[in-house]
Amino acid sequence: MIKLTDLSKKYGVKEVVSKVNLSLNTNKLTAIIGPNGAGKSTLLAMISRLISSDTGEIFLDHQSLKTWKQNFLAKKLSLLKQANGFELKITVKELVEFGRFPYSKGHLTEVDHQKVNQALNILGLKDLVNEDISTLSGGQLQRAYIALVLAQDTDYILLDEPLNNLDMKYEVQIMKTLRYLVKQLGKTIIIVIHDLNFAASYADEIIAMKNGKIFKSGLTNQIIDEKVLSKLYEIPIQIQNISGKPFCLYFN
Amino acid sequence: MKKLIHSFPLKVIALLILVIVSCILFLTYQTYGNWDFALSLRSSKLLAFILVGIATSFATITFQTLTHNQFLTPNILGLDSLYTLVQTTVFFFFNGKQLLGSESVATFLLTIAIMVIFSVLLANFLLHKGQNNLFLLLMVGIILATLLNSITTFLQVAMNPNEFDALQTKLFASFNNINSQYLPIAAIIILILVIFLWFKSLTLDVLHLGDDQATNLGINIPPLQFSLLVVISSLIGVSTALVGPITFLGFIVANISYHFIGTYHHRQLFIGGSLIAIFLLIFGEFMVEQVFKLNTPLSSVIEFTGGIYFIGKIIYERKNG
Ligand SMILES: Nc1ncnc2c1ncn2[C@@H]1O[C@H](COP(=O)(O)OP(=O)(O)OP(=O)(O)O)[C@@H](O)[C@H]1O
Ligand SMILES: [Mg+2]
Repeated sequence: MIKLTDLSKKYGVKEVVSKVNLSLNTNKLTAIIGPNGAGKSTLLAMISRLISSDTGEIFLDHQSLKTWKQNFLAKKLSLLKQANGFELKITVKELVEFGRFPYSKGHLTEVDHQKVNQALNILGLKDLVNEDISTLSGGQLQRAYIALVLAQDTDYILLDEPLNNLDMKYEVQIMKTLRYLVKQLGKTIIIVIHDLNFAASYADEIIAMKNGKIFKSGLTNQIIDEKVLSKLYEIPIQIQNISGKPFCLYFN
Repeated sequence: MKKLIHSFPLKVIALLILVIVSCILFLTYQTYGNWDFALSLRSSKLLAFILVGIATSFATITFQTLTHNQFLTPNILGLDSLYTLVQTTVFFFFNGKQLLGSESVATFLLTIAIMVIFSVLLANFLLHKGQNNLFLLLMVGIILATLLNSITTFLQVAMNPNEFDALQTKLFASFNNINSQYLPIAAIIILILVIFLWFKSLTLDVLHLGDDQATNLGINIPPLQFSLLVVISSLIGVSTALVGPITFLGFIVANISYHFIGTYHHRQLFIGGSLIAIFLLIFGEFMVEQVFKLNTPLSSVIEFTGGIYFIGKIIYERKNG
């Protein structure tokens, strides 16, 4: 379980995450939604120790995050950042192999190769394994990064807008993969996502953030609600049921 | 065929041949029958070049990975100016004459220790303040180097002329005045540091993905940065002690290695870089001394070409990215 108590982060005088108290249940797919600048990425970065919090504490499996050894943590929790980029001459396969670093420290074993291949398969990267990542399209690159995180094979997986740049086929495929990981492999996945319909169809629980605070959190059907969403995004949002599934309509 | 051209062992063999040929040329060309004399003189120079080549390439490649920046070198940030300043200061305040005798190795070690402390403070500050602003960083570095040089000059002017003379000839090395008394201790220090970096090289590979991704993969960045900075500044210190400051050698060598070796694997970059550096130094010295019979020291030639390469790279990157 991930538990946040009174978690705050300030940049200058601006409090971008303020006094967040939250429990994230294990073995669930939790979606974090909310307007741009709500503090979603900042929250994830604090949970994965990329940035430090100003106040408050984070507990992972009842143990304060500060007391976790960095290398143990890397086998327990992984993060895909919202924007990734570096200039490096490296192939897709080599990039994904870095996901095994916490285990093998660069000397890959049979198990490591298996995990890497599995991740490459899931993301449909088999034909691209030897491509230089600088030659990939935006969506292909995003899939390679997701594969890296999958290869890391952690209990907790935090994904910051993983559907960026993906076409519909891969959007659906990745959400299905995430469901599979939660259901069959017992992973806990927290995903920041802007597409409400994906959140509505695939998430078990939703956390809505606004202005650095938890606006509302609960089961998916509690949050996918006309009143809640309209207030969260400050635009009218209608919800229609199509073959038993809720769909949010926000075009005028 | 394409695979063959890109194979790492082949590139290493090619570089090794270049290095060996230039060593032979350097050692045997025009000895005027004075074999023993020429060999003993030249072989200590050769050893110094090999040590400096290894130290510079390991230090620079590591530094560039650490700062995620292929323009920076420990030298451009003024680390070798710092060495000269520390050495002058030590000489200035602890009655220099004494230190020149049997205790010179102790001074040498003390200087390197002081320099490591200073450079860690300095580089920590730079790493945290301006990571994403290349031009600010460069300017800070260059201004700092000038400042350090001015302080050095000030101290030297304040010395009594005899002491200064001693300092000049005995402590400040150059390519034509190699401090061969430091060769054994320098060899040992460099060997230890290089082995350390060799064992860190798989971790350095991960650092290429960026500090955040490295953290995600279980690397604790601050202590790593700290230990690497200590190693880098020691390597630069030792190299400066042997042959004096050379600002652009590391820059040239690192960038040629990235192009020629074409990989992100540090082990390969380290090997390739060291061989390239050794070749450039020995072959360069041979050309300057024997073929062109220039009075200009090799270091000036390196600074000149390196400076042009540096400016060229800046212009190229600005146009293309
Ligand atoms: N390094 C930083 N320095 C200053 N302000 C920052 C920094 N990082 C984030 N912020 C500010 O914190 C606020 C929250 O940013 P954050 O990236 O967490 O938002 P978000 O909810 O992920 O938004 P988006 O949906 O656009 O990704 C924003 O107002 C942003 O400007
Ligand atoms: Mg964000």
